[in-house]
Amino acid sequence: MKAKHQRLTLAIIAIVAVIGAGFLALYGLRDNAALFRTPSDIAADPLPVGQAFRLGGMVADGSIEEQADGITIRFVVQDAEAEVSVLYSGITPDLFAENSGVVAEGALDAEGVFVAESILAKHDENYMPPELADVDMGREPGQ
Amino acid sequence: MIAETGLAALWLAAALCGLQLVFGVMALRSDDSGVATAIRPVAVVQGILTALAFAMLIWLFLRTDLSVELVAANSHSAKPWLYKFAGTWGNHEGSMLLWVAILAASGALVAVFERRLKEKTLIATLAAQAAIGLGFYAFLLFASNPFARLSPAAAEGRGLNPLLQDPGLAFHPPTLYFGYVGISIAFSFAVGALITRDVGPVFARAMRPWILASWIFLTLGIAAGSYWAYYELGWGGWWFWDPVENASLMPWLAATALLHSVTVLATRDALRAWTIMLAVVAFSMSMLGTFLVRSGVLTSVHAFAVDPRRGTFILALLIIYIGGALALYALRVGTVREGSRFEFMSREGALVVNNVLLSAILGIVLIGTLYPLGVEAVTGEQLSVGPPYFNATAGPLALLLVAAMAVGPLLRWRRDEWRNVMGRISLPVLISSLALFALVMFASPIGILPMLGLILAAGVAAASLAPLWKRNLRRTPLFTYGMVIAHLGIAVSMAGMAFESAFSEEVLVAVRPGDTHQVGPYSVTFDNTRPVAGPNWTAVEAGLTVQRGDGQPFTLAPQARMFSSPQTETSEAAIRTAWNGQLYTVLGNGDGSGRWQLRLWWKPFVTLIWLGGILVAFGGLLSLIGRVRRERKTMEREAWA
Repeated sequence: MKAKHQRLTLAIIAIVAVIGAGFLALYGLRDNAALFRTPSDIAADPLPVGQAFRLGGMVADGSIEEQADGITIRFVVQDAEAEVSVLYSGITPDLFAENSGVVAEGALDAEGVFVAESILAKHDENYMPPELADVDMGREPGQ
Repeated sequence: MIAETGLAALWLAAALCGLQLVFGVMALRSDDSGVATAIRPVAVVQGILTALAFAMLIWLFLRTDLSVELVAANSHSAKPWLYKFAGTWGNHEGSMLLWVAILAASGALVAVFERRLKEKTLIATLAAQAAIGLGFYAFLLFASNPFARLSPAAAEGRGLNPLLQDPGLAFHPPTLYFGYVGISIAFSFAVGALITRDVGPVFARAMRPWILASWIFLTLGIAAGSYWAYYELGWGGWWFWDPVENASLMPWLAATALLHSVTVLATRDALRAWTIMLAVVAFSMSMLGTFLVRSGVLTSVHAFAVDPRRGTFILALLIIYIGGALALYALRVGTVREGSRFEFMSREGALVVNNVLLSAILGIVLIGTLYPLGVEAVTGEQLSVGPPYFNATAGPLALLLVAAMAVGPLLRWRRDEWRNVMGRISLPVLISSLALFALVMFASPIGILPMLGLILAAGVAAASLAPLWKRNLRRTPLFTYGMVIAHLGIAVSMAGMAFESAFSEEVLVAVRPGDTHQVGPYSVTFDNTRPVAGPNWTAVEAGLTVQRGDGQPFTLAPQARMFSSPQTETSEAAIRTAWNGQLYTVLGNGDGSGRWQLRLWWKPFVTLIWLGGILVAFGGLLSLIGRVRRERKTMEREAWA
């Protein structure tokens, strides 16, 4: 093989690898990218049961209920127009509270309850998850 | 006066940086030796001045000088001194000053220590380093001035994010930055060599120690960041595929590929154009990471003040530098001579496989990281890409890569025979088969990725030691030991990841005093809670009595902390490290009636993940020492001849 051919071969391998990686990536993204939805999005167009997504909104006033097992809580996430009931087992992150913004990861169950696998942490009291910046909650959080 | 001194030093350094670029261009255009000899001292003084500016900022933070805006916004007089010190870079402006200081220091180090490179190429390299520097000085001085005064001075500072108030802050950011920004040297070398058409083995040997040095720091910085997130966040995970983590992983992937391709260039004079490309890509990934983390497009503990002007500024710099380098590459790559040929079945061939796989993983991580940003920019739809995507795509490729890593070092340069290779890898293959057998027979069923990971780790650990087989160990060069240890480190780290993901046990319970729960080999009894106070926080602390089998009981005390400035709650996990894993305990909320949430993990061999990272970095260090020594000897010999 001449040097020129070798270089060409290597270039082709590199291009094939990059395109292959790109396809693999897009294939992976089709199945695994989690969408962000607000309660009014869900009311307008509910996602299929079991499809993972991120739910964002405000924890409704007086809605946090501890369940008997001591590790599960039920609360309502709302925005200006709609609300979704959420079930979560685990330690809630620092600064998780009523009347404050929340982003939860999980999926809807058959009854339309959002079963959260995780609740995204908030880093300090001024922090607002970027997805929530545009959500109309009907009023200022924390008021 | 301290702030003014710092600002003056910074302006002066920026001016010298401009001078360095002008001198460089002049020296390249004519053979004016006067300008050429001046460029080294200019680079050194520039480095000293930015170091001085940075020292001034540290001093301001140590004194908690509240007449400086940055200090007032990010520090607090009641903070322990370590966090006052490390808090210097725990904010946007301070961390950008650290960035620029390391950039300038890199240029200065090249000016002082680089002796191998052709004079012209060195001048072009320093000019390129100055060109990068100018943009970032401008960013610092016009959009992120760390020394701005506050009038009137604040009565008290606003404090530092409590998640950052940890000894990790003193270690992780500077280490990571030394790697992250240090790789700019490879970029400048590549630009320099393109300008003077000097791509070849001598150039590669000169560039290699610099790549190694920054790669060692990058490895340590990533490992440290991972461990910090692991114990500080209280989520029990050690890698979250967070965009900010990816921003540090991408330069590492590129630098690792570069490290291997530069060896091909140095030893066999092949992969010329490709190596140059990788050097450009590696630092481009660093700049991209800086953009992602510092611009505010991502919100995380790493992103400080969000100011759209800053994002645009860094994006513009990114486009100018990457675009410029790629344009130069396109113009000049035709003049880069073709390198030597080799058979596929050879060390070079294996290193090409390494490079292709690393590049593919890099591409996958890059796409996954940028995809949500792109989709949101185009359609406004918000989505997130997390572990399911990265594990499914990058995971299998990483396993392939590690398998290639087992074989590569056992191949000869130029050409090798399948038959001989088979002989050499038979023992590692046997060991992998034994591991497979043991897992199937004795362990509970586990996922396919951890399964393959464990099997491969066993074989790769054996294969990584194989290059020492039948060699005179005392005459084996240090850089061979470096490679062996680094590859062994990868196997160790992978074993840790696989163990952790396959055999972790988790318990989430609500407990009353006296309740006992079993996790892994430990039984954990919840005794009580009590209030405790630190310098700038109060906390609820749980008392846990833990016993392993019939062993000596000991206590663990996880805390839920409330910080006063700024007001934030954090949970402090309590961790017990044993030889074969860690017990990880987190205290959750109380329900007011004496019941507390408790989360317990048993993570077998999880420490191997970071131990492996340290081994990899240590291997890099041995390699660096070995290479530098060898080069010095060669130069002495040449001087005599």
